[in-house]
Formats: sequence, structure tokens, C-alpha cells
Amino acid sequence: MNEKIFQMINAQAFPTPFCPGCGHGILMNAVLRAFAELEYDLKQTLFVSGIGCAAWIPSPHFKADTLHTLHGRAIAYATGAKLFNPKLKVIVISGDGDLSSIGGNHLIHAARRNMELTVVCANNSIYGMTGGQVASTTPLGSLTTTTPKGNPDRPFDLCKLVEAAGATFVARHPVATPIPLTRTLKKAIAHRGFSFVEVLSPCPTQFGRRNAFRSPFAMIQALKNTCVSLERAKGLSPEELEGKVLVGEFVGPGKNN
Amino acid sequence: MQLKKVKSALPPGWYFMQGDEACAEGAIAAGCRFYAGYPITPASEIMIRMVHRLPEVGGTFMQMEDEIGSISSVIGAAWAGAKAMTATSGPGISLMTESIGYAVITETPCLIVDVQRAGPSTGQATRPAQGDMMMVKWGAHGDNEIVAFSPWSVQEMYDLTIKAFNFAEQFRVPAFLLADEAVGHLRETLVIKEEVEVFDRVKIPGQAPFGTEEINGVPPMPAFGEGANLLVTGSTHDPWGFRKTQDSATQARLTERLVRKVRDFKSEVIQTDPHLLEDAEVGVVAYGFTARAALQAVKTLRKKGIKAGMLRLVSIWPFADEAIADLGKRCRAIYVAEMNRGQIAGEMKKYTATPVISLPKTNGEVIEPAEIVEGVRRNLP
Amino acid sequence: MKEGSDRKKKPVTIHLNQKWCKGCYICLEVCPKKVFEKSPEVSEKGFQPVVVAHPELCTRCLQCEMLCPDLAINVEKGE
Repeated sequence: MNEKIFQMINAQAFPTPFCPGCGHGILMNAVLRAFAELEYDLKQTLFVSGIGCAAWIPSPHFKADTLHTLHGRAIAYATGAKLFNPKLKVIVISGDGDLSSIGGNHLIHAARRNMELTVVCANNSIYGMTGGQVASTTPLGSLTTTTPKGNPDRPFDLCKLVEAAGATFVARHPVATPIPLTRTLKKAIAHRGFSFVEVLSPCPTQFGRRNAFRSPFAMIQALKNTCVSLERAKGLSPEELEGKVLVGEFVGPGKNN
Repeated sequence: MQLKKVKSALPPGWYFMQGDEACAEGAIAAGCRFYAGYPITPASEIMIRMVHRLPEVGGTFMQMEDEIGSISSVIGAAWAGAKAMTATSGPGISLMTESIGYAVITETPCLIVDVQRAGPSTGQATRPAQGDMMMVKWGAHGDNEIVAFSPWSVQEMYDLTIKAFNFAEQFRVPAFLLADEAVGHLRETLVIKEEVEVFDRVKIPGQAPFGTEEINGVPPMPAFGEGANLLVTGSTHDPWGFRKTQDSATQARLTERLVRKVRDFKSEVIQTDPHLLEDAEVGVVAYGFTARAALQAVKTLRKKGIKAGMLRLVSIWPFADEAIADLGKRCRAIYVAEMNRGQIAGEMKKYTATPVISLPKTNGEVIEPAEIVEGVRRNLP
Repeated sequence: MKEGSDRKKKPVTIHLNQKWCKGCYICLEVCPKKVFEKSPEVSEKGFQPVVVAHPELCTRCLQCEMLCPDLAINVEKGE
């Protein structure tokens, strides 16, 4: 971890409370790297989060203004701060359940308004902090504490949801590929409009253990195997794409994969 | 309270205004520069006035997707430096309740106007009631000492909005204006003076924003973008905002200070308005629009030879416990006229052994003076 | 590779903060050169952290540094 990143964190809050191998830690790493490379002045940057493990990424780890709010409400709180002081660069970092389940309404309206706001959704497909309950993003058939016989419901495709709501920058990357992730995060942060980055971030403790993933690395490996960039997907048949997850920049000026 | 004199937002003089409109003007006079809201009868007029007036004074207006979005963005804007408010009715307060608790623990100043309507639930949207007196204090889980005022005139819709805002900023609490549909939609004269007195947030860079040396102190409040690296959180926290969810000493101190920072100074907040009480033998307690009828009722009772007096509650929270105890000592019976099933009457019984007779009315209509007169006469001690 | 040159690489310095390491072993498994090994010791927090066993094999791919959830790894910039 380089010097620039060290200056952007509250070192006394480390080691983090995240589980060993938590994808959110890798995402934290990528976000900090993005800001370091952008050479942004964190003094005018506000990080807003809700409730859940992902919400603890910025608070209290980032040495910047952080607003740790209520479950599902990060985007609404962020909207108020941005409206009153548009000079603030406002980044929301929160989890999939927080942003798309209880917070779903605020998410689609913010996307519709296209207000300059970056929402980083740490998607671990589970409610991790409370012990592993099913979420709106949990894959069909997955085992969770509230779907002990397998999830009977389909998950959201968050990128399609947010695109349909009107977001002008929409992208998805797994934490397993940190370089494209950081590159996309930088674009999302600089985007003059509503930007949404879904980050596939494994939860080894609550999701992994119940769904036959033997280690954090196994989940990283699985992400590398199931994620297919838009570019690569062009050359694959529908059979080959079965069970794969498309990643890359779906909506946005000058998008690439 | 260190108040600063500023010019009124409107030219001084006499105005004829609706209560809701006067509330919006009071807010602007107090320095409110952020409004977020959601339409709800009978408070929408406040929002409509704000959408026109805020841009005129360099403020920001936002209609959010729901009441939860409204109170959330109010709190976000407050931390970005704004004097911020929202206005709603009972159903909206129900939705906002979680965020009210958030404002309590983060010590976020803000004003929430509740133009009460007949409930519970959807109830009768266009009809007055006073059914939310307890919920603004006890709705959010945990302990708090919020401040709340109940206006009885269009003038007070203006004046008490300013006062509530000032206390919100002084004590760093969410403050409430407990209006009702009757006074909200009432049109009356309003006098706007040359100047108003406002309280501006205290800022001391470098000092802890969430704790004080004193057990009843109010910390200074930085804003986002000032380099304070603020750590605002709804979890229990230390004076710098670091989460302390396993530390009992921190929880004890925080919860005590959040209550005592207002409770220890409640005499500054509590405001009552006595009428004909000097030689009264029976007392009538009322607040908000109902107090107008109560005042008429005591005058009528006097004509009938009953020495009645009225104590109007202007502030509702913190509760006027000493004033009620004092009233109880002077009167043989106290009657409480209110558009609910006895919420304030119940509270008063805690502070006096003198019989408190509840005169509730919850048919969606205002209380008439004759009804109060009859209620007193039928229940004379 | 320059013909005839004897490209002896400068040893890479890899800082690994054992106080922050939680022994998730992502770095250990992802490293293409097997630079890391499990420490036989148990840390203060009860983890068996990782040790930088073979820094001379490092190619500075930086996968370990970027994939560490705890910001515990810093691969020093080369000259």
C-alpha cells in the first residue's frame, strides 16, 4: 500500500473489522487507489454510506468527511448535502441490500434525476452483517439463513435496473480484477452526472461457507471464471455465455470494456 | 441564547396570510436555506411557498421521492451547513421517525413542521386534530429531549417557527412545530417587524463535534467541506465520531448528555401563556387552535360566575411540568381541551394530584367554546 | 532481453504489515511466483499471518498489493 493511500486513511481504525478475505476490503483498496491516481483533494469529498458491512468501507476508515446514515438512506442523505453544497464531490459507498432493497426507491430516483453523484454498490449477494440472510441480489437457488432450501427468487440485475432508471454511467466489475475496477471507478468519480458502479465483492463468511466456497481465494477465482467482459462476450455463443456475468462499462461517455 | 438581530426577509408591515404560508416566511426569516419535502395535506402549502421563495433568497428547494427522502436530505443538507427544514403531517412523521432518531444522536439541528390532521393512519386528510403530541417525542426509539411548539395563530406560525429554528440550532436537536390543519389553513393578519432575532450555529474548528467536557454541553458543529474530516454516524460514538458500539462508558455519557443538554436548560425553552389565572379556581389547559376556543370559554364561564382561567401551552416539549404543578396548587380542578383522546391530559397527571379532567374531541372538527363551557360545568368539583 | 546481458534483478522489497494481516491467504494463492508462505506464528489477533518468504521471485505484478483486503501489503517501487 503506497504512501498516498496511507495519507488518506485513519490508521488508528486499522486493522479493519472486516472478515479475513472480505471483498469489501479489496474494494476499499481500489477506491483509495482511484482517488490517489486522480489526485483529488479529499477535503471537498464527502463519503456517504448506509448500514451494513459495505457501509463501513468509508466510515471510519477514510480521512475525509464521512456520513454514516440509516439502512437504505445513504443516497437521500447524500442528495441533501450535494444540493446544498454542489462544490462537494459526493460518493455513496454501500451494500447491495442497503441500496437496492430497503433503499431501492432512493436509488431509482437519484438515477432518474441524473444528479452528479457516484454510487458504488458493494454487491456480495447477501445481508452479511446480520448473519447471512437472502438479499435482492442473491442468486436463484443459493443457500442463506432465510432460504435454507435454496433461494426461490431471482435476483436484480442492478446495472439494468439503474440504467432503466436513467443513470448516465453504469458499470460492473468484480474485485478480482482490480485494475479495470480502479480504471472504471476513476471514470465514475469524474463523471458529470449520476454514475453507478456495481462491484462484485465476495463474502466468504456468510455466503461462501454456505455455498460451497472453501476459501476467500476460491471466491476470487470463481469471480474470474464467471465474469466475462463485454468485449470478450461478443465472440462467445449463447451456450458459452450461460451462467456468466457480463462486466464492463454498460452506459457512459467513451465507455470501454 | 446568543441571538443576532437580522433584517426580516419581507418588508416590515401588516400582511394577510395563510398559516402555512406564514410558517414558510418564518423559516426564511430565521435563515432557512434548504427545504426538502413531499406533498401531503394539509402541509403542502408550506412547500409551495418555499419553492417560490427559496430561490429568491439564494436557498435550495427539493421535492423528494417520499418523506423518508425528505428528512434524509434535510439532515444531509444540515451537515453541509444549511438551516434546513421539512413540513409534513402525521403520516409523514410516522415515516420520518427513524431519521428523527438519527438527528437526535448525531445532534443535527433541523425543523420539522407537523400540520396535524385527523388520524390514526390516513384518517381524514383535510380535517384538524392534535393527535401527534406524544409521537414527536416518543416515536423514535430511545431517549431524547426534542423541542416542540404549538402555534395558535398565523402570527405564531411565523414567530414560533423562528423560535423553534433557534432552539434547534442552539441545542443541536430536531425541533418541531406542532401545528394543525385549522391554524395551518387559517388566514389572518401577520405583523412582520423590521428585524428578527436568530441563532447561528457555533463553529470552533479543531474542537470535538460530538462531545463536550460538560455533561450537559452542546458541541460546536462544523460542516462538510471545511476540512474537519467529520465522522457523522448514527451508531454510538465518542466525541470525535468514532463508533463505540461495545463501550458502556461512551453509551452512558452520550445518552445522558443528549438528554441533559436540553433538560437542564428547559426553563429557557418552556413557554406558557396564562389568561385570567390570578384568582382562578378552575383551570382550563389548551394549546394550538383549541386554545382560542378555550380562551373564549373561560370568559363565558366567568360571566356565568365560575372563576375559570386558561393556561395555554405554547411549548409542548420539554413539558411545562412546574407550570402544571403550580396550576394544580391554585385550582380545584383542571380541564384539558384537546383534539385527541387525552394525550396532554395524561402527561399532566404526572405533575399534579389535582383532578385533571380530559375533554377530548376527535371527530375531525375543531372544539367550540360552548363545548368547553359545557365540559367544565358538567364536571365541576 | 538484451543479448549477452546478465539480468540480475534487484531484490524487491515487499512490506507486509503482520498486525493488519488476517491470514486470508488471497495473496499467497494468487501470487504467480509463490513469494508468500504461511507464518508458523499466531498474531496478536489470533491469525496466522503471511510472511514474505521469497521476495527475490517477485515480478511486481502487484496482484498481492491490490487484492489484499487489509491494505497490509506494499510492494516497493522499483528503480
